[in-house]
Amino acid sequence: MTITRRSVLRGTAATAGLAAPGIRPAAAQGRRETLLMISENPPNSTDIHGVGANRPAYEASWNLYDRLMTFGVKKDANGNDHYDYEKLEPELAESWEVGPMSATFKLRRNARFHDGTPVTAQDVKWSFDRAVTVGGFPTFQMAAGSLEKPEQFVVVDDHTFRVDFLRRDKLTMPDMAVPVPAIYNSGLARRNATERDPWAMDWLRANPAGSGAFRMERWVPGQEMVFIRNDNWTQGPRPQLARVIWRIVPQAGNRRALLERGDADISFDLPPKDFQELQASRRLKIISTPVENAMNYIGMNTQRGPFADVRVRMAVALATPYQRIMEQAMFGQGIALFGGPAAPPDASWPQPAPYATDLERARALMIEAGHANGFDTVLSFDLGGATVNEPAALAIAENLARIGIRASINKVPGANWRNEMLKKEMPIFLNGFGGWLNYPDYFFFWAYHGQNAVFNTMAYQNPAMDALIEQSRFATDPAAYDAAVKGFISMAWADAPRIPLFQPYLNVAMQNSIAGYRYWFHRQLDYRSLSKTA
Amino acid sequence: MLGVMARRLAAALPTLAGVVVVTFLLTRALPGDPAAYFAGPAATREAVEQVRARLGLDRSLPEQFLSYLGDLSRGDLGVSITTGQPVLSDILARLPASAELTLLGLLMAACLGITLGVLAALKPNGWLDNLCRVVATLGVCLPAFFTGLLLIYVFYYLLGWAPPPLGRLDAFSAPPPFVTGFFLIDSLIAGDLETFGSAAAQIALPAITLGTFAVAPIARITRGSMLAVMAGDFIRAARAHGLSWPRIVIVYALRNALLPVVTTLGMVFSFLLGANVLVEKVFAWPGIGSYAVEALITSDYAPVQGFVMAMGLLYVLLNLAIDLLYQVIDPRMEVTA
Repeated sequence: MTITRRSVLRGTAATAGLAAPGIRPAAAQGRRETLLMISENPPNSTDIHGVGANRPAYEASWNLYDRLMTFGVKKDANGNDHYDYEKLEPELAESWEVGPMSATFKLRRNARFHDGTPVTAQDVKWSFDRAVTVGGFPTFQMAAGSLEKPEQFVVVDDHTFRVDFLRRDKLTMPDMAVPVPAIYNSGLARRNATERDPWAMDWLRANPAGSGAFRMERWVPGQEMVFIRNDNWTQGPRPQLARVIWRIVPQAGNRRALLERGDADISFDLPPKDFQELQASRRLKIISTPVENAMNYIGMNTQRGPFADVRVRMAVALATPYQRIMEQAMFGQGIALFGGPAAPPDASWPQPAPYATDLERARALMIEAGHANGFDTVLSFDLGGATVNEPAALAIAENLARIGIRASINKVPGANWRNEMLKKEMPIFLNGFGGWLNYPDYFFFWAYHGQNAVFNTMAYQNPAMDALIEQSRFATDPAAYDAAVKGFISMAWADAPRIPLFQPYLNVAMQNSIAGYRYWFHRQLDYRSLSKTA
Repeated sequence: MLGVMARRLAAALPTLAGVVVVTFLLTRALPGDPAAYFAGPAATREAVEQVRARLGLDRSLPEQFLSYLGDLSRGDLGVSITTGQPVLSDILARLPASAELTLLGLLMAACLGITLGVLAALKPNGWLDNLCRVVATLGVCLPAFFTGLLLIYVFYYLLGWAPPPLGRLDAFSAPPPFVTGFFLIDSLIAGDLETFGSAAAQIALPAITLGTFAVAPIARITRGSMLAVMAGDFIRAARAHGLSWPRIVIVYALRNALLPVVTTLGMVFSFLLGANVLVEKVFAWPGIGSYAVEALITSDYAPVQGFVMAMGLLYVLLNLAIDLLYQVIDPRMEVTA
């Protein structure tokens, strides 16, 4: 389906012709089966492999495409649905066998793409080849599960597909259920590929070629995307919603007004303060889920400047006004990651660091480090998250001044933030990071390991910690795994390259009539499980 | 007149060439790094370099400029990475939205502003004059986004009279067949009164917001210009000859007072078109201003360049239109290239 203006018109004219005069098709279909979702940012693609595909685009891809496997569901501590990262369930593959060095998938025989073509192992191979070849985000995400070369993906017959492992990696299987390895209709995509663009990157951006539970009915970039249920979908229970309208409302106050007036059904994008107030008012259903494997933190440059001295970093850890940040920046919408026990009691992550506000000891450490008169520095944060970052930065700078660190505040525009992170020159900064795959070693591999990924914003180097991280990544014995994880967490506490502040919540506000919301690690909405009662 | 137009358009070419060069250089001078931004959250340096090569940003500036000119000559403004669409189709889709809103706002402001201005000038320092002054001051000192939020709060949130601020149409309407791109006109052409109603309801608050902002300069200029004209000898002569009062005011005085008002209208229009970014944001209006700002935030070069080009072209045409209008209002005016 191309969404040129003409095709939209043709579509509109056709549906208008079918409906009774005076009744518009959408209205006739009934508000009860239609979900109106509002968000701040629009999707820029329906193809998750595309260059610069943004997070809303992941949501479009998730609902338009299927993967081989998906994750199961469990109840979280509050009784809400939560995906279960320990349980892989069939999606396009109806069953699979995992051998020591390969996994063999049996595909569903009745699965069809939106255009009616059957889903075959050739399509799966083409899609996996594409993900590991096109570079950028999809290729790196595949590599995180040791899925790196097209030779690993083997078509056994039309409905049997095998993945050969490069090494034994516990992330390989779950990495095939994340949004990136979506299965594309390779015949359709090939017909729209060009010599310059063999993977049909241009065409697939606006023309979904999936087999997912929803098809795209209309896309007006920057304004709305409309989905309709794929009634031929056999990969799971039939979705309750017949139609999902996703509208972009840039202004936060208006999103809240639309929800409160009952005109919109569901939205993620509200500031923490609004969520706190809405929670108190009880007019809407608010579901808060701690974002797995994620934290917001203060990072310090461990390679140059005053923060290269661990005593200064520890002084900052003791000067940070944790409680005030939770109250005045987060409005309680997060889990405190401070005031924990001195040594990690278990191998869970994130867990509270042993730091607490103690200005006396912070001043003593500053004197010990030879900074009795303090020093000047610059505290940076991403302007894109200013609603939380700005009050937090002000509170931190105020306390730092009390121990002699005079920090001026540098607000970095969103477009520049990633560049600043890559340069690793900021002396002290606020940032957040979360991993899709819920393992402490996965987090540490990105955020603390000496390979110096962009998320190791502190440029932290510690060969002893690297060894423990690698040991835990490929450990098979649970006791050895736990020991390694506790080991690197202890090192992170002792060296204090980053100071954990809180684990954020993923908040979502919806009408009381909406049921079936499920938390996903990708933090986007899954339309398949949602229903509407009123 | 055609000759004048042709000469004026030819004279605009160097301006447009300048616009091309300056926007190209300015966007490159922006601090953001689009490659780092679009490489996605898990990017390594290697991934960023791959994206940079894909976007053609690893080549030298002159090389990039040449390929940009080549694309431009084929009418290809590039692809926006934020929306994933060709910039030309984005701009063509969004310009009518901005133009419809701006024109309607301006129309409201002009009707109200000229009426107020004329009435105020007839009785200087009377109660109407003072009212005009208050309206003008309020309109100018309330920022447009504030007026917008206030209107939404009162008329949508509290009273429920206005429809939800969801852009040009409510969530369940589809856009009318494309003729002019103005939904109010296109829906009437299609004979679809329901869509017309939806479009009219959606545009009312944003147009009033913009209009409030524009009414002040129009009212003040009309008042001043009318005061000067009404003091003229020919008005006294007309009164002495016993012409009716409405005829004197509307036919003789207003027509002569209109010249500076038209200049102001032109200025206000171009100003509104650029400045309604905030109104567009508040009302989720899919206009060209919010498009350019979003592109700037993400260092997305192509849409920014396309936006400046489109605006440059628009201003050239607007100035030409105003000059031609001068001649209609006052035949003594000579329009030269």
